[in-house]
Amino acid sequence: MSTSTSYVQGVYTSPTSAPVITTTTVFDPTGYVLPAAQRRVVRWTVYIGFIALAAGISHGLAQALSYAHINILPYFPFLRSYYQGLTAHGVANAIIFTFAFSNGFLPLMLSRGLSRPLHTSLLWTTFALLVAGNVLIVFAITTNRASVLYTSYAPLQAHWTYYVGLVLVVLSTWAATLNMFLVLRSWRRDNSGARIPLLAYIAFASYLMWFLASLPIATEFLGFLIPWTIGLEPLTDPLLDRTLFWFTGHAIVYAWLLPTYVSWYALIPRQAGGKLISDSLTRMVFILFLLLSIPTGMHHQYTDPGIPEKMKMLQGVLTFGIFFPSLATAFSIMAALEIGGRARGGRGLLGWIPALPWGDPSFTAQVLAMLTFVLGGITGLINASYTMNELIHNTTWVPGHFHMTVGSAVALTIVGVSYWLVPYLTGRALWSRRLALASSWIYAVGVFVFARGMISNGLQGMPRRTFIAQAAYSRPEWHLGGIITGVGGSMMFVGLVLFLVVMLMTLVAGKRGQEPMDVPISETLTAPALTGWETALDRFGLWVLAAVALILIAYGPFFATYLPPHFTSPGFRIF
Amino acid sequence: MKVHSYERSFLAVGAFGLLACIVALSYATFGMGMHLPDRVAKVEPRNIRTTAPFDHPGVRKTGPNEYEAVVLAQIWTFSPAEIRVPAGSHVTFTVTSADVIHGFDIVGTRINMMAIPGQISRNSYTFREPGEHLLICHEYCGAAHHTMFAKVIVE
Repeated sequence: MSTSTSYVQGVYTSPTSAPVITTTTVFDPTGYVLPAAQRRVVRWTVYIGFIALAAGISHGLAQALSYAHINILPYFPFLRSYYQGLTAHGVANAIIFTFAFSNGFLPLMLSRGLSRPLHTSLLWTTFALLVAGNVLIVFAITTNRASVLYTSYAPLQAHWTYYVGLVLVVLSTWAATLNMFLVLRSWRRDNSGARIPLLAYIAFASYLMWFLASLPIATEFLGFLIPWTIGLEPLTDPLLDRTLFWFTGHAIVYAWLLPTYVSWYALIPRQAGGKLISDSLTRMVFILFLLLSIPTGMHHQYTDPGIPEKMKMLQGVLTFGIFFPSLATAFSIMAALEIGGRARGGRGLLGWIPALPWGDPSFTAQVLAMLTFVLGGITGLINASYTMNELIHNTTWVPGHFHMTVGSAVALTIVGVSYWLVPYLTGRALWSRRLALASSWIYAVGVFVFARGMISNGLQGMPRRTFIAQAAYSRPEWHLGGIITGVGGSMMFVGLVLFLVVMLMTLVAGKRGQEPMDVPISETLTAPALTGWETALDRFGLWVLAAVALILIAYGPFFATYLPPHFTSPGFRIF
Repeated sequence: MKVHSYERSFLAVGAFGLLACIVALSYATFGMGMHLPDRVAKVEPRNIRTTAPFDHPGVRKTGPNEYEAVVLAQIWTFSPAEIRVPAGSHVTFTVTSADVIHGFDIVGTRINMMAIPGQISRNSYTFREPGEHLLICHEYCGAAHHTMFAKVIVE
């Protein structure tokens, strides 16, 4: 265990003994711990995500094998179709797993960053809404009443329990956002003029962006889909519904990614033994995501009718803009890792890399996540590339891409964070460091193999969201890629099963008394500025107004020239 | 805000790369005439089989080397199921859906559109080489989605 990081052993004390919670706080050594009752709710919220992960990956395996022309669906007891399972996979893994984790992780980070407790009632509200939403969704999906895939494209029509369930899940994220907002507001009242501690700042910025981004999908579900599915409205407008979905739908990927960035910026430098280089740049990156995540959704609709080409182009350019904060992130994280590697004795141009704490499963999982994200980001840039998108839209290229973003940059980071978070919350040490390490390596190699198959087949036109094992058409070029996809997907499945085993065993057999005592908060090389324009970064209200203005520019012309809704379609339940 | 000179250079190179991509894509669109589907018109899917031009789906000649292929997507077929055009022809595809959202992807070409009930999708492409292309519905459209396809034959 020589490679495990210092935070595991106890409260880290800063050698420079930084002042506590004043305007110049660079690093908070208070070792603040959330009350036990609140830790329990946070823990159970995160567990909901693990249960969803377990449910979702089993069908992920079936899909990957379908591409290799192996059909294991008959062995699934509750499943009537491939698309029923595909709906379960998307909802459980992309929505429930990610938001359940964020609902626990972000408020915890805010509370630790500010060294003050959360509101217990709102924590319970978050948890209860998440559970209630899940009960409805599980009912709708397992009874084959909602095989519409997670995008819920009308006029395919699901049972009302599916839409209402998803609304409750979104409401649970709003409850978590409100919790953070109230705690932050009271902190600011007590610390007027002080800069918000960085960890709290980026945790709040993540869900603030998501709150704003979730309003269009709330409008779609509450204003159109739910009245339509319960019969209040006989018809719906498929293009309008779809546009509202993607109005939220691109930002939702940043809602999954930003909690990942919270860990990469504020925690990973410490876990690597390094420091974060810039306070202001970190805040600026999160503000850029707040501004640019939402007015970019139309690049998912490049091939749609009914949307003027010029509007697609404007949002295409903005989409390129959002690549910029990720570039800045790449630099900051690499710099932090290099500082860490050198502090640990690494020498020479690249000698700092082997010096990093590769024996720490939490660190390793997240660095592997970063590696997958390099290819995830580049393939994303190609998706955004306007007419180039016509070559790959709705082919397996797209899931090839997003399994390297949400499917590994995010998923592996959640895995890595869980390796310290669950011990921290439960008081039980991680069970089997070796198995935890093996899980991440198997998953990361698996995702590269899987994506190689999906990406190459997508370039050769293989459609996504299609039961390839029983398709009425096939092309010889797809065979090799399909087998590669099947092999990679199986590895991913094994990797995550190992993760779930490690988590379960930690809960029942982890040794008490050896858990990490604190959140691994990083030091920052430069303190937050106390004067000048950078202090304006903390004025969230101002940035929300700027974000709304950009959204109006990007989406205003569409709605102004399109509305009123073109109600044309009754519901179809053909699954 | 102090930004390290390495980082300044890194971000400058990155920003330049992104701008270069935007310039290249603008050239492809305006210089080379490769367009995304634009807004065409709204239609009424419930009357679509009696609405021109979808009352007579098929291929018609519109000029020298110019053709229009009118295609109606519905669960789980395309009409017509086979589109024949001569090599070298410039074909405009006019597509809509009679029921749910379908996909319209001609494998090996740039033609890749969504067919959304209530909207007309349109894009065009020049088929230079003779050959056979798969036309796949690549948006999930219900239980038999994976059986929905047609062919484009370039003679």
